[in-house]
Amino acid sequence: MGMVSAIGFDVPQALHALRHCQTGIGPIRFLQTRHRGTLPAAEVKASDYELATLLGLDDIRDYSRTALLGIMAAREAAAHARLHEHPYLRTGIVSATSVGGIDKSEVFFGEFLKDQARGGDLHYMVSHDCGDSTERIADDLGIKDFVSTISTACSSAANAIMLGARLIKAGMLDRVLVGGSDAITRYTLNGFNSLRIVDENWCRPFDQNRNGLNLGEAAAYLVLESARAVEESRKTPLAELSGFGNANDAYHQTASSPDGAGALRAMQLALHQSGLTTSHIDYINAHGTATPNNDLSEGQALKNLFKDYLPRFSSTKSYTGHTLAAAGSVEAVISVLSLQHGIIIPNLNFKDPIAELEIAPVVAFEEGIALRSILSNSFGFGGNCSAMIFSSC
Amino acid sequence: MPAYINSIGNISPQHSLDNNLFLEEVVDHYGSHLTCKEPNYRDFIAGANLRRMSRVIKMGVSAAKICLEEAQIDNPDAIIVGTGLGCMEDTDKFLSAIYESNEEIISPTQFIQSTHNSVASQIAIMLGCNNYNFTYVHRGFSFESALFDALLQFEEDESVKNILLGGIDEITPNYLSITGRLRQWKPNEYSQLSLLANHLRGSLPGEGAAFFMLGSEQAQHTYAQLQAVGMRYKPADESEITQYITGFLASQDLAIQDIDLVLLGLNGNTELDKVYYRVRDLLFKHNHLGYFKHLCGEYKTATAFGMWLAAQILHKQRVPEAVKLEPFQAKNINNILIYNNYSNINHSLLLLKNV
Repeated sequence: MGMVSAIGFDVPQALHALRHCQTGIGPIRFLQTRHRGTLPAAEVKASDYELATLLGLDDIRDYSRTALLGIMAAREAAAHARLHEHPYLRTGIVSATSVGGIDKSEVFFGEFLKDQARGGDLHYMVSHDCGDSTERIADDLGIKDFVSTISTACSSAANAIMLGARLIKAGMLDRVLVGGSDAITRYTLNGFNSLRIVDENWCRPFDQNRNGLNLGEAAAYLVLESARAVEESRKTPLAELSGFGNANDAYHQTASSPDGAGALRAMQLALHQSGLTTSHIDYINAHGTATPNNDLSEGQALKNLFKDYLPRFSSTKSYTGHTLAAAGSVEAVISVLSLQHGIIIPNLNFKDPIAELEIAPVVAFEEGIALRSILSNSFGFGGNCSAMIFSSC
Repeated sequence: MPAYINSIGNISPQHSLDNNLFLEEVVDHYGSHLTCKEPNYRDFIAGANLRRMSRVIKMGVSAAKICLEEAQIDNPDAIIVGTGLGCMEDTDKFLSAIYESNEEIISPTQFIQSTHNSVASQIAIMLGCNNYNFTYVHRGFSFESALFDALLQFEEDESVKNILLGGIDEITPNYLSITGRLRQWKPNEYSQLSLLANHLRGSLPGEGAAFFMLGSEQAQHTYAQLQAVGMRYKPADESEITQYITGFLASQDLAIQDIDLVLLGLNGNTELDKVYYRVRDLLFKHNHLGYFKHLCGEYKTATAFGMWLAAQILHKQRVPEAVKLEPFQAKNINNILIYNNYSNINHSLLLLKNV
């Protein structure tokens, strides 16, 4: 696993922050925006230049922040899984992004609007599309056997993980790097702000008085391997991806249905595939964006699925912010950490349960718990709903 | 597992809306780019939505509707879309609004619609379809990844019977202006039907929205069978490409001589087209050859147009003259191979069979 986020440049740093309930959300320091000073965000604590220096890259005009973050997290995951030791195994990458290189397009666009014929440095446009960051990561690690990119808004990385698992299952690949990367941009910050779903304070997932999300940025990747590849390399797997489901809410482009029909269906499909029942789920890493609409809809779907036996749940977006297309893999990494270390990361900033639901997330750090399976949810604009189940090995 | 192409909805720079027609009349745009022959969107989309949707969403949703109607299916088991650049018009508008308002509160409409999954989700909302919904956005692998996913699903789950799948990309003024400055396109107005004879630098930009209903079983209107799809990322040289192609065909129990027609992704860029010609010389010297980007232009999901072309050729057993790279008479067309590469990076193969 590899992850760079507001709570650290790698997985050990993130684990340390999570264990100590330290959020990565704070005043904006790096993004050039007039919302600096008013809106908080969960930025990775380095400029593009500093990221490039850490990565040993020279000319970074062609590198979007999404690519820089992606390369950093992917290198950590590849090193952790020792991908280089078995070069003959068929290895692919499925990556997710929603913003792609739009951080660079923003720089270009300001000048371009003034002078279409000459304005703006064209270097900034070559990384605009979503495939760019994936190919830069693939080239950095020498991955060739399968290369693709998924963009289903905030469920993107969960879908990348699912496709990777299917490719392994079908015997098309031995190993696959899966996950996503999304940098914070003026585009998304203003986009969510125009929808009036950005909180000016720390976000409060599942709280009655929640008032929107905090935008974050991150890249997180996991290496999925076939049973054969694991056997050959004599590794001990960190966890098993035991089930996943993809559904569409088919309700509204940006709003979730009141009963969370799509969310419920995705969770049911994941459970069905895993062969588990609701009683096997010991913890839920919820999507929990802290928008009024999501938490009510997701909470309703959870109640409909688990009835009176809702397991412990929390939203770790109160640490990482909402990292959009990367959220699914960020939360997959956190779920696997929970399984590995027998810990549950509490939901920050929660006070009062949502009146309609009367459910409360975990609010204190717990440790020494034998966790069998964890459900992780990711939902996005366009009604895209995904759920994954990670089980201890 | 192979799949049947059971219906088609194709909005392209050619007259492709009516599936009974097939390039009897070929449109030469005599310009420097190709834009779609668009339908009257009122026939497909209700008033309020019509005003809100950008052009690419309207094209995508309408092409999907044509496809669904022909198949007489209103709840496909999956909706999968490939798009290289997604909803650029909305992205442009929202970016402009950010600059022009200096980040004041602005209308969210363009932001909402600018996500890459807009078309797939609009179709799901329109149909009330809760099933699998995916959008691929990987350059010259966008449409191919969607096909790959669909074939995999038929293999994984026999309850999956029908998958609605499309490739969409649009041209916008800013796209033309920026890629033009990157010198990607041939300048001035010229006859696209003689694209390959125009040796000025660059290619021909195009666009399209092509949807297909893929079925695990044959239906009344089956056009052809999609046998296999292959992707090869950054092959080192032509020999890696030719090895890949022969291996791909061998995996389908086919040899080069079994291919009755090879459709090449030639796009008029003389540098990049060299790869196609070398592969032709190494592998396809004795095959009938065709091409299609003079009809649809170059864009990241142009192979969706290519798949429409191949499916229609197999169905109608006729190769339109404009498609032929050299003159030939073809009889009994059973196997068509599409070989495309996007910027010599994303190489892809589509194999279609007659049913």
